[in-house]
Amino acid sequence: MDLVVAVLFQLVYGIANLALISLGLAIIFGMMRVINLAHGEFLMLGGYTVVVATNAGVNIWIAMLILAPLVVGLIGVIVERLLIRWLYGRMVDTLLATWGLSLLLIGLVTSIFGASTGTTISPPLGIIRIGDYSASGYELFLIGVTVVLFIAVWATLKLTKLGLVARGTMQNPEMSAALGVSNTRIYMITFGLGAAVTGLAGGLLAPVTGVLPTIGATYIAKAFITVISGGASILAGTAAGSILLGGVNGIFAFITGPTIGEVALLVSAIILLRLLPRGITGRFFRKSL
Amino acid sequence: MNGNDTLRAMKPVFVFALIGVVFMFAAPYVLQLFTIINLTTAIALAVLALSLALVWGYGGILCFGQVAFFGLGAYAYTIAAINFGGSTWAILVAVMVASAFAAILGYFVFFGRVSDVYLGVITLTVTLIFFSLIRRTSGPDYKIGNALIGGFNGVTSPPLNLPWDTSSFLFPEHVFYVAMAALILCYVFCGWLVNTRFGRVCAGIRENELRSELLGYDSRLYKLGIFTISAGIAAIGGVLFCNGVGRITPDVFNLYNAALTIIWVIVGGRGTLIGPIAATFGLFYLTSALGGQSVLNNNLVLGVILIFFVLLVPKGVAPTITDWFTKRRKPARNSRRRRKQGRST
Repeated sequence: MDLVVAVLFQLVYGIANLALISLGLAIIFGMMRVINLAHGEFLMLGGYTVVVATNAGVNIWIAMLILAPLVVGLIGVIVERLLIRWLYGRMVDTLLATWGLSLLLIGLVTSIFGASTGTTISPPLGIIRIGDYSASGYELFLIGVTVVLFIAVWATLKLTKLGLVARGTMQNPEMSAALGVSNTRIYMITFGLGAAVTGLAGGLLAPVTGVLPTIGATYIAKAFITVISGGASILAGTAAGSILLGGVNGIFAFITGPTIGEVALLVSAIILLRLLPRGITGRFFRKSL
Repeated sequence: MNGNDTLRAMKPVFVFALIGVVFMFAAPYVLQLFTIINLTTAIALAVLALSLALVWGYGGILCFGQVAFFGLGAYAYTIAAINFGGSTWAILVAVMVASAFAAILGYFVFFGRVSDVYLGVITLTVTLIFFSLIRRTSGPDYKIGNALIGGFNGVTSPPLNLPWDTSSFLFPEHVFYVAMAALILCYVFCGWLVNTRFGRVCAGIRENELRSELLGYDSRLYKLGIFTISAGIAAIGGVLFCNGVGRITPDVFNLYNAALTIIWVIVGGRGTLIGPIAATFGLFYLTSALGGQSVLNNNLVLGVILIFFVLLVPKGVAPTITDWFTKRRKPARNSRRRRKQGRST
């Protein structure tokens, strides 16, 4: 019984982890149809923010929950102003430009902080006991944060004026402009918010994974495949994609080890796309957010 | 389109191929052995660039994971050559493995009618999964036949030998001839392919997929075909690469190399074959020169180059030069005609 609970906990953590790293990407993709290939680097920057801030003596919780999203959100706004806004509607070019941005950020961070970081931060919170087994309290915290984050994004999009205007702009830019909304501002804010969510995720994961300039590459494969499998709906898509792929990954990893788990994740995603080319939410829960 | 037309359209291809042949025979007399060995690696990468130029520039398929086929070819060659004790069949195995993998992957993405942007992301993901998969294969448990996969450190690749004569290995200066000949042959093959009926249909699908389908062409089959062929060419590049370097490591599958391949084609120009080849040589020497200093990071420079070209020179160098020349020639002809008209009235 304890074993079952412990394994289930790991499975849920795997799913939450996937959802956490994918949510920022899903917001930017779902709202703006921009695939941000520098997503992994936004996560990396969130991690660096936390490491630099804690080394400077800032409380780790403030660094993770406030500074990381703030810094990366600002970087996102700058990137949108300088790069993305020239390329709206040209998906392939956006993809290539953000890839260039990804290399640029890796190079920049390597130049500033070096190819590896000496200081790492250990995860706060202790160990929780599940009968004979133990699990990390920080992992439980991450599951909680992921759930809260999903609710917060849902509430922002559904209940606030900003969310309403943003969704309207994405549906019909001409109409919203005619009604007096500044589309460029909405695009900027949306991209910034997506980047902020990504930065938060990167900051929260920094104690678990450590930070390296090239750490983005370990996230992006999983994040992309989750968002693409999930389809166009931001929250339902990410949740469905994470549950399906995280579940497959967790089960295979439990049976055979982590290597096969990742391959199984990819293979199931490719088979899924053969059956549902527009992702899960292209067929099911189409009206969901 | 009959054979004569195809040959006529291929005239520039033969010109560049001839230049390549002259270079192949002249270079060993002019250049030092060290440069020749370096050049062999650059040639292998140029074959990779050529394969992406074919599938992206002419097939319109945004494949971000061309290095996956390149690396797969290199690994398949190495493992097969170790097991067979000779390179002759190993080369064939490398091409077959990469093409077969591309055909399977292509079946899922093209027959699922996945859109082009998704396709880019999926191929990139496949590459990165290969990277993390092969990195974890260190230790004696992971082996195929007699060949250890070697995880992070990779495998030492057996050198090429003369066909069916496993005792006569080729020395680096001979591998250069093989590599250059392979590049020229692949280039002529691609130049021929894009001018055949098959190549023209592929170009038609690139321009307007719906219209091509309405004309009765099954775009899925054509895309799958050009995707598979280009994977085979990439595998040839992989075979040359692991011979030039002497070993193959999982690093071929990393994000940096995937990006580099894209950059060669962007800089060289989509829709040309010689542009990406030239860009590969140019950027190969740029990155080698950058490797010698520590002020500017390679990633940084490549990122700036990529952003610069996407924003300001989206067509790439080769088409921009061609456009410039045709533009310069045309106004001259028009003004002459105008003058003539002026006289007659």
